[in-house]
Amino acid sequence: MSDTPVQTSATVLTVRQVQDYHALTLVAPAVAERFRPGQFVALAVGGEHTGRLLRRCFGVYEVKSDYGGTVELVFADTEPGTAWLAGRRSRDQLDLVGPLGRPFRLPRDPVSCLLVGGGPGGASLFALADTLLRRGCQVHFVLGGTSGRQVFGSRIAQRIGDSFTVATEDGSMGEAGTVREVMPRVIQETGADVVYGCGPTALLRTVTQVAGDFGLPSQVSVEEFLQQTGACGIGVCMTCMLPIHGEDGVTRMVRACADGPVLRGDRVRWGDLGTIPFDALGAPHVLNLSERAPR
Amino acid sequence: MTARTATTLGALELPNPVMTASGCGGSGRELAPFFDLSRLGAFVTTSVMPQPRAGRPTPRVAESPSGLLTAMGLPGPGIESFLEADLPWLIEQDVRIIVSIAGNSVEEYADLARRLRGVSGIAAIEVNVACPNVEDRGRMFGRHPGAAGAVVRAVRGQARPGVPVFVKLAPDVTDIVTIALACVDAGAEGLTLINTMEGMAIDASTLRPALTGVSGGLSGPAIRPVAVRCVYQVHAALPSTPIIGAGGVATGLDALEFVLAGASAVAVGTAMFHDPSAAPRILRELEEALAARRIGRLADAVGLAHKPAGYVPPQVRPEPPAPEQAQAGEVKERL
Ligand SMILES: Cc1cc2nc3c(=O)[nH]c(=O)nc-3n(C[C@H](O)[C@H](O)[C@H](O)COP(=O)(O)OP(=O)(O)OC[C@H]3O[C@@H](n4cnc5c(N)ncnc54)[C@H](O)[C@@H]3O)c2cc1C
Ligand SMILES: Cc1cc2nc3c(=O)[nH]c(=O)nc-3n(C[C@H](O)[C@H](O)[C@H](O)COP(=O)(O)O)c2cc1C
Ligand code: FES
Repeated sequence: MSDTPVQTSATVLTVRQVQDYHALTLVAPAVAERFRPGQFVALAVGGEHTGRLLRRCFGVYEVKSDYGGTVELVFADTEPGTAWLAGRRSRDQLDLVGPLGRPFRLPRDPVSCLLVGGGPGGASLFALADTLLRRGCQVHFVLGGTSGRQVFGSRIAQRIGDSFTVATEDGSMGEAGTVREVMPRVIQETGADVVYGCGPTALLRTVTQVAGDFGLPSQVSVEEFLQQTGACGIGVCMTCMLPIHGEDGVTRMVRACADGPVLRGDRVRWGDLGTIPFDALGAPHVLNLSERAPR
Repeated sequence: MTARTATTLGALELPNPVMTASGCGGSGRELAPFFDLSRLGAFVTTSVMPQPRAGRPTPRVAESPSGLLTAMGLPGPGIESFLEADLPWLIEQDVRIIVSIAGNSVEEYADLARRLRGVSGIAAIEVNVACPNVEDRGRMFGRHPGAAGAVVRAVRGQARPGVPVFVKLAPDVTDIVTIALACVDAGAEGLTLINTMEGMAIDASTLRPALTGVSGGLSGPAIRPVAVRCVYQVHAALPSTPIIGAGGVATGLDALEFVLAGASAVAVGTAMFHDPSAAPRILRELEEALAARRIGRLADAVGLAHKPAGYVPPQVRPEPPAPEQAQAGEVKERL
């Protein structure tokens, strides 16, 4: 079955510093061959005798056919596990599981697509852009960040995109402003039919809202939420749960890793992330005094 | 699988001693891409409760040295959905299934056992008593011999005759042997040792508890010495009660350590988050470890650490090296 994930020992090809981030290229043919844009991989960190047990989950920036198949990831070094990854050298071996999760759904027709990203998490959009372009879709980019150093992929976006807009809060790259401020204009100018988002959770909420204002479907990848909450990446640990509003009107807690990371933006209860909404299926009922646990 | 690793838990015969730990193998489907579930000694389900439960808010997990702290709040679909969607799939996988149950009152545990009574295809029931008793100001059943015994009696009374009942105990109690004895007196056929132990971490950047649940359960290799101690003490007190050892099993040698302490099987939990194919790897490593020690049957190693230093278990001859292609005219030496 080609749509099942594999666990493999991947060889590091290169680790490069890209602006504020690290780009790690791994030789992993079985993962590259199965990959679909929006899916992610889960890496073990710390080597064979590691005491760090959480898998680190990363979206995939690009797969290539070199060396039988490579997978490139982009990440920020924010904690000891990612710092360890950033310190890998060419030819090191890494335990890799992937590809995992549900990919971006693709439009059947050659429509106009708006891809909105920010930070290293936005890297997943480039694999998506590649696929959309090959299907004859138009690809328009909006990239955001607090400053230019946090905008990942501006040069590629400029090269491959039908249009390209950058908004930075300090104005150090592109327009001074936020994604929320530039998105409506770009939607109107490009005649976007669908919106894809990937990056910080706050950005995804904005992307969903603005797309909704224009009556457009949005698909977003909650990769960052998964990175912050997940432990396994494969759907067994139940630590990465977020509330989704179902078609039947019922809110369910779903796994960012196995039920996502790509979700319909309008289904996510953005304001309730990190909580169990009181009306979610299985939410704790209000306890009366005699029932309340001491802790 | 060879006869070397076959094991028994009382009347329950298993092809090998490596199981998933409750709450760590998802519904089973998530592990299927990584190994064939029928290669497990048994699949232990996430603790099933009477109703669907969303569990605790995120963050639910924090990394700690060689361990994880988790505050899950026993999320799960509830018995109804478990029986409809999850159990039939597991039965199709041809794996022995141990159903873990959890409740907030003795009556809830009894109800769950009653619901499972009519269901065939269940190898054993594991009773998770690390749950707050809402009828006793939320005190945990498993921390009091009386409360734990009451749950076991109720479950044993309702469960299908012939389906063994195991009780899973947490280590952070004054004396685990007292609680183990109470459970066995109440009719438990076996014990699973151990559940997670309570711990806490504070985030130095937010200056607040790292988990929304404030404290959480510590698991992984960090708790292995505690788990081995519990298995050793309980096996010493109850040598004929089968024990499933759990707590930081990550390699075949870890599994062997539990066996030597007195466990007849081991459950692998946190290690599966780190390595989805941990279970079959641990089994392979355990088999190699037994062979290297010339132990022919797992049962010969169970509780061996309790024996005096000079005691030598039954030994088997070293295995012949893998047979090479015999050359014409060559006589292969055999043992
Ligand atoms: C943002 C958006 C815009 C759309 N715009 C249009 C439009 O303009 N015109 C139109 O006719 N339809 C449009 N659609 C519908 C879209 O074409 C279908 O969702 C898509 O063709 C897949 O349909 P599906 O019924 O197979 O369902 P899906 O749920 O999308 O997919 C079903 C199965 O196919 C797999 N799958 C998904 N993507 C891929 C992939 N890239 N490669 C291989 N397998 C995949 C899934 O994992 C799943 O198992 C749009 C959908 C979205 C989400
Ligand atoms: C995320 C998580 C969920 C768990 N869920 C359950 C559960 O539902 N029922 C149960 O009896 N034990 C549960 N446990 C405890 C494990 O089954 C096991 O006893 C414990 O984690 C020690 O083993 P380990 O170190 O191999 O993980 C859970 C542990 C973890 C980490
Ligand atoms: S990260 Fe483990 S279930 Fe999602």
